[in-house]
Amino acid sequence: MSKLSLAVFLVFATQTLCAQSYGIGRPATEAEIESLDVTIGPEGRELPDGSGSVQEGAQVYEVRCKECHGESGAGGDHAALVGNPEQLKQAPPIKTVGSFWPYATTLFDYTRRAMPFEEPGTLTDDQIYAVTAYVLHINGIVDENATLDRESLPKVEMPNRGGFVRDPRSKP
Amino acid sequence: MKDSSRRAFLGAGAFAGAAWISCQAPEAESPGADSGPSALGAPVRRYGERSPYETSARGVRDSQTPEAASSRTPLDKTYGIITPSALHFERHHAGVPEIDPATHSLTIHGLVDRPLVFSLDDLRRLPSVSRVHFVECSGNSGGEWSPAGAPTVQLSHGLASCSEWTGVPLRILLEEAGIKPEAKWILAEGADACLMQRSATLEKALEDGLVAYGQNGEALRPEQGYPIRLILPGWEGNTNVKWLRRIKLTEGPQYVKDETSKYTELMEDGTAWIFTFEMDAKSVITSPSGGHSIDGAGFHEISGLAWSGRGKITSVEVSTDGGETWTEATLQNPVYSRAFTRFRFPWRWNGKECVLQSRCQDETGYMQPSREALIAERGRVSAYHCNRIKTWKVGIDGSVSNVEA
Repeated sequence: MSKLSLAVFLVFATQTLCAQSYGIGRPATEAEIESLDVTIGPEGRELPDGSGSVQEGAQVYEVRCKECHGESGAGGDHAALVGNPEQLKQAPPIKTVGSFWPYATTLFDYTRRAMPFEEPGTLTDDQIYAVTAYVLHINGIVDENATLDRESLPKVEMPNRGGFVRDPRSKP
Repeated sequence: MKDSSRRAFLGAGAFAGAAWISCQAPEAESPGADSGPSALGAPVRRYGERSPYETSARGVRDSQTPEAASSRTPLDKTYGIITPSALHFERHHAGVPEIDPATHSLTIHGLVDRPLVFSLDDLRRLPSVSRVHFVECSGNSGGEWSPAGAPTVQLSHGLASCSEWTGVPLRILLEEAGIKPEAKWILAEGADACLMQRSATLEKALEDGLVAYGQNGEALRPEQGYPIRLILPGWEGNTNVKWLRRIKLTEGPQYVKDETSKYTELMEDGTAWIFTFEMDAKSVITSPSGGHSIDGAGFHEISGLAWSGRGKITSVEVSTDGGETWTEATLQNPVYSRAFTRFRFPWRWNGKECVLQSRCQDETGYMQPSREALIAERGRVSAYHCNRIKTWKVGIDGSVSNVEA
């Protein structure tokens, strides 16, 4: 095979490898992906516009969250939201947003996807920023005048940020 | 209960059963026991049901939120290695969605050359495979961290089930979309009310990930993810995302709620292991097991299940003297990788109190640990991934109960 035909072959082969093998499945539009892709990663790059304050969040919490999570996140019929990492060493350990969760962005992401339990997807982004700020405040993580948005939320340092280690059983 | 009285009791039960049948179906009475039925049986029907005499069921605990709860497989009432779909354990985080397959699709996006949408029809056109794999909730046997443990195998081990899954290898779908070199992880998302999400490594997705639409020869049950779910063989249950609607290729894991606040293993120093994906090798004797009653001394086959998230089970040993001596059990063929493996052990009960245990080994050489060994490695508060040896005691009256090992 000449050098030229080899080059032509390689270009063709590369294109073939990169292309679809079966030609099944249609292209996803940008609009479709945007509406589906709700995940907020730990760096918060995907956070939406909007903002909310601790004070606004207290009002959201009162109406939409307190029934299950109790007064000031103390828990009740369902999960407590307040705590600190020292409580991970007591028996039994207490795992809460404040004691355990490594990223503040996860609180926004999960609340937006899954809360309130019986009415997921019904809070506005502003309300979610606000109630995130409130839950962080009752854990002593942000002060009472805090307002959170796409810039400030990822900068919030969670108390147990360094508490997770990769599964030592895993393959390298 | 003495043997004689139990026989008398069983005899009375058999008599009562016969009386019930004759009350229910007097037209089926025949003049003599040997002449057979004198009336026709039931006609053909479109979708079969089990015999009305069979009543095994998933175990469901009362819950304020039954949509975010679990139900457990009666492992001691299943035969072979396949769990009937109707008895497959459940663990839902926001209820079972009702999904019309005509409007459902799977979107693959993120670090790919061509984001693609696959309809159910698209998926069924692609090359498919059928594979037998267990799915086990990482919280299965969580009560076994305590010395006492659960009283029945349904309660102690029933958050594990095994099915033949049919679907498209995830590798085909990802390669169809074109994997960018910087992609190292995937995020899988379900279409349930909480949009359940888990991160998994791209390596695992390419190795043996499956987008399954079939379970035990028919479509997935709604509780198991209808119309499609992810199967990551051998990995903890909730990575096998049900009602799968989206897979995003990413550089790193997303640290979503259900891989940080839950499904991580807390150590006693306050640190937690994260991404504890593989389920360690585990076995349990299902017959006889807690709550059973052995009907008299003599021959009784001991049988149970073993499985490993790291490959095939290579051996199961049984002890009938509380771990003093161990004897190899027979592994029933076929033995599949990352699947329930049925073991059988011939046993002649001498009528005396005895203690039954099983322990398994997988093809990596890993041996199922005792509770003490497990606690030495992981402490007492990790909650998930408990695979200790389970112990049943047979009393002189034949009753089988859980006992502290």
